[in-house]
Amino acid sequence: MDVKGEWISMELGVFSFGDVQRTKKGELGPTSEAITNMLEAIQLADKVGLDFFGVGEHHTEYFPASSPATILAAAAATTKNIKLGSAVTVLSTDDPVRTFQQFSTANIISGGRVEIIAGRGSSTESFPLFGYHLQDYDQLYSEKLDLLLKLNELEKNEPITWEGTFRAPLSNVPIVPQSEDPLKIWLATGGNPDSTIRAARLGLPIAYAVIGGRMSRFAPLMELYREAGRQYGTSDKLEISIASPGFIAEDAKDAKDTFWKAWGWTMTTLGKVRGFAAPTRAHYDAESNYDGALFAGSPQEIADRIIELHKKVGHTRHFFQMDVGQMPHDKFLRSIELLGTEVAPLVRKALAK
Amino acid sequence: MKIGIIGAGRLGTSLARLSLANGHEVAIANSRGPETLELSSKILIPGARPLAVDALIAEHDVIILALPFHQAIQIHPTILDGKTIIDATNYWSPVEGTIPVFEESGLSSSEYIQQYFDGATVVKSLNHIAYNELEEHTGTGRVVLVASDDEAAKQLVTEYVESLGFDASNGGTLAEGQHYQPDTKLFNSRFTLDELE
Repeated sequence: MDVKGEWISMELGVFSFGDVQRTKKGELGPTSEAITNMLEAIQLADKVGLDFFGVGEHHTEYFPASSPATILAAAAATTKNIKLGSAVTVLSTDDPVRTFQQFSTANIISGGRVEIIAGRGSSTESFPLFGYHLQDYDQLYSEKLDLLLKLNELEKNEPITWEGTFRAPLSNVPIVPQSEDPLKIWLATGGNPDSTIRAARLGLPIAYAVIGGRMSRFAPLMELYREAGRQYGTSDKLEISIASPGFIAEDAKDAKDTFWKAWGWTMTTLGKVRGFAAPTRAHYDAESNYDGALFAGSPQEIADRIIELHKKVGHTRHFFQMDVGQMPHDKFLRSIELLGTEVAPLVRKALAK
Repeated sequence: MKIGIIGAGRLGTSLARLSLANGHEVAIANSRGPETLELSSKILIPGARPLAVDALIAEHDVIILALPFHQAIQIHPTILDGKTIIDATNYWSPVEGTIPVFEESGLSSSEYIQQYFDGATVVKSLNHIAYNELEEHTGTGRVVLVASDDEAAKQLVTEYVESLGFDASNGGTLAEGQHYQPDTKLFNSRFTLDELE
């Protein structure tokens, strides 16, 4: 789809689940180091002018970002311009009141830069952890999103009255703190058509997580999002962002080789948990080139691919998960730097024409 | 062939599109009624007819189960009597949670589906390929396995799978279908007939 003449700004960013480093002995290192590394990465992303950093809730020994709002609050106090969000909040297994309070608090600290990207949860470890049933997956999400949106729409000092099936009712309860403006709340989806329609119906910006296959597979879903928006009269509120795996190094081959090691480890590990076969290098190579979901390459190559995709689907934010599978921290930082200092200027220049 | 697909998520819509592209007639249903599929089918799978589950079953002899296993076994067990079922579901507890009654049965998931819909003929297929690879890996020699306890149904589904552009291979009986369930080497892996040998 061509967005003729309406070149809107394209935001670029990063997201992370926290990435535990490998020790010299080859073992998984401390989770505490992964948290401080992530904070350093966010601060660098701000410094090099990136637009967004997302912290994705996970609960594993290799992805330890179990408490995104806490990290974001620390980042909020130590960065200037960058937008900060969850990527994602597994809303299905959280209490929307608590989610709202934590993100609203961080939003106040940041001066209005904090967002929530709310997902149903593709990593499912939070369900048993917090005592929810996976078979209630969609009903949980639907109900909790409803409450979160209502909390976010409250006027100043307006109490909430709400009733659902998965948590105790709220009767005329004040919810504090409230930020000056409502939080920006995105709906995250991995490509289920109903989720796309839900986002359009609710007038929410949408975040597509494209982690495999071809990018163009998502183009019809984005068309569905826009068409549904026209039907529901929410078009003016709709925005599309894309989250995908990606990694940048000066040299394209170096980037692809480095990311293969990290991404390959992660998919192999995930495969063991979920019962699917490990990916092969040939599969990785096919997906880390033109129209594939994996954005590993040189700054020019990644900029070209973002621009090409933007011309097709008109997304206005693209953010990359770079630190997976014990990506060496210095390489992660360098990749962030290259995204900010080399990719971003190329993208801005191309889209300003 | 006339194909009825139950489930309009990522797998159902991908299978619908691929079937339409290969000259099949496709209808699709979900649990919430055809009106909820109007917009998405128009844009994502133009040419597919949204129907209510009952109508879809009444009008089709071949039904694909393209929904989560735990939802498939909430469908009324006799409603599919006399039909050929292509079982594309998987019992996938890390993603969908555990179902004790299934785990205690000691059956492969498609044997369980066969026992549940005991008036229908179940064929296990299209369960071991990721939805996002269906439309990309046709014509590449990628194998899709077909297992059933009924030879005629197996033959029918073999022809269907081949018509989509895959190399079909005999997966044996439904009990043997356990060799390409989650937690096996074949599940979600890409292989040709030569590599399968």
